[in-house]
Amino acid sequence: MLSDKDRIFTNLYGQADWGLAGARARGDWDNTKAILERGRDAIVEEMKNSGLRGRGGAGFPTGLKWSFMPKQSDGRPHYLVVNADEGEPGTCKDRDILRHDPHKLVEGCLIAGFAMGAHTAYIYIRGEFFREAENLQGAIDQAYAAGLLGPDACGSGWAMDVYVHRGAGAYICGEEMALIESLEGKKGMPRLKPPFPANTGLYGCPTTVNNVETIAVAPTILRRGGAWFAGLGRNKNTGTKVFCISGHVNHPCNVEEEMGIPLKDLIEKHAGGVRGGWDNLKAIIPGGSSVPILPKSICDTVLMDFDSLRAVKSGLGTAAVIVMDKSTDVVAAIARLSRFYAHESCGQCTPCREGTGWMWRVMERLVTGDAEIEEIDMLLEVGYQIEGHTICAHGDASAWPIQGLVRHFRHDIEERIGRVKAARASRAA
Amino acid sequence: MTDNAPFAFTHENLEQAKRIIARYPAGRQASAVLPLLDLAQRQNGGWLSRAAMEHVGGLIDMASIRVYEVATFYTMYNLKPIGRHHVRVCTTTPCQLRGAIAVVDACRTALAIELGETTADGSVTLAEVECLGACVNAPVVWIGDDYFEDVDPARMNAILAALRKGEAVVPGPQIERLNSAPDTGLTTLANTVR
Repeated sequence: MLSDKDRIFTNLYGQADWGLAGARARGDWDNTKAILERGRDAIVEEMKNSGLRGRGGAGFPTGLKWSFMPKQSDGRPHYLVVNADEGEPGTCKDRDILRHDPHKLVEGCLIAGFAMGAHTAYIYIRGEFFREAENLQGAIDQAYAAGLLGPDACGSGWAMDVYVHRGAGAYICGEEMALIESLEGKKGMPRLKPPFPANTGLYGCPTTVNNVETIAVAPTILRRGGAWFAGLGRNKNTGTKVFCISGHVNHPCNVEEEMGIPLKDLIEKHAGGVRGGWDNLKAIIPGGSSVPILPKSICDTVLMDFDSLRAVKSGLGTAAVIVMDKSTDVVAAIARLSRFYAHESCGQCTPCREGTGWMWRVMERLVTGDAEIEEIDMLLEVGYQIEGHTICAHGDASAWPIQGLVRHFRHDIEERIGRVKAARASRAA
Repeated sequence: MTDNAPFAFTHENLEQAKRIIARYPAGRQASAVLPLLDLAQRQNGGWLSRAAMEHVGGLIDMASIRVYEVATFYTMYNLKPIGRHHVRVCTTTPCQLRGAIAVVDACRTALAIELGETTADGSVTLAEVECLGACVNAPVVWIGDDYFEDVDPARMNAILAALRKGEAVVPGPQIERLNSAPDTGLTTLANTVR
């Protein structure tokens, strides 16, 4: 188990002051100038050495992503955009960083901005996080007043501005290209890639979009060294991670733990175990709504990291663990996610716009058993027709939960359909 | 207020609008449309009239049709009047698993309205929303600018009664608990500074 001295978010629960004095007491903004003086290449190299993979869900290596930004400006400004549009069902980790440790994010914006040649960062925060945006803006105002941001940030000679931009209630804006469109004042409809944002992003300029947690861990990595971070977790799955444990556990919570912690340990040590005991477990969605559900047999032993979960055909995603005990109607739980994806489709691509609604309607019939057995495979087939045929991954994400359900709980669905058919036959007889 | 009532920012809000526009590069003032619509909605009693949208468009040199497009795309803009308190219950899977449907039912019963409706006295508009991003504190109810967390039907009834009487309600977890920490106490960081 991770010890407190290796935890990055030491004010995760808001036990102490979120403001500048509290942040300094926790080690934030401690000689940030010296970090910047190492130079852009050294910072990117240290981030690469840490093995940090993006915390927004896709797990792309952060140092590598930063290195994609042009080394020299061709006259266009560079932008850092922080994705604080947290909304993947099950996920509420960035919220705690934004409201309780906002200075880690603000300091991270300066360091990451410097490392990619950006003088401006926009933090796009979901509109519903009104109080969180207040704390974040408060932290930014404190940083300007203390000379940590502004024309000569931390006395480094680097000019850095950080702005908060509130969204207005659209899950799709968590997709990086939709986020950029939204930030430009348009509907949040994803753009086709390429061109990639590192070349043509916000306002047509080189842009990197990073998740809140990714940026917020950067200052600590640079202070303690990439080797420290890489020494936690497992190979290619390094460091610490904030996990969100929701659903049927005795004590739902957020907690920062080591990557690669066994799923069972995570739940038993921090969330008080599954309601009714581990044997009362039915299934777990281990990484937010988009990743396929896992039955208890896999949950018994699986480790919580990118590669371990990929090996069991699921994913770490945002590390949002949604626990379901044996009282759960798993078909109804996944059908609710289908409704979510149908509601949140931006409507730009036909397979997603039409397909998500179609899948939801079929899923609702599977919940009641009012369906034909063949429709299970037809549902999968429609999912495959959506997957990979849309501009962004929303379509794919809508198909994955259903694939996981059918992979592990097909018998539940078939039994239900059989029961309805038998009841009808007996009524007819 | 009707849809045809004229709209213009108050002096104070106009100054705020200028500060918002200044966050974006010259010529990119369209970026300010989301925050300006939010500002207009707050001034206009919680909803956006056509006049309010057009006023915002005028400030940032954005064609009215583009402003309508944005206002109709994002769920936080209300395009018709709402009650004084906008009560929005999350029912996405993590909240559903923790009893959100019972919370919705408690609201429907207590207010005698259906989802999307407003009480006759204009005090409350009830809605169902998708994931609010506070899942370890499910069920979550979003009222005004605040989250009410770890809500159950009894607590929901008490909150609604207080709101309708004009009494103060305290947001955050509705059970004994420090934010997103386990309700039985800290399993980590127990010795950190407070």
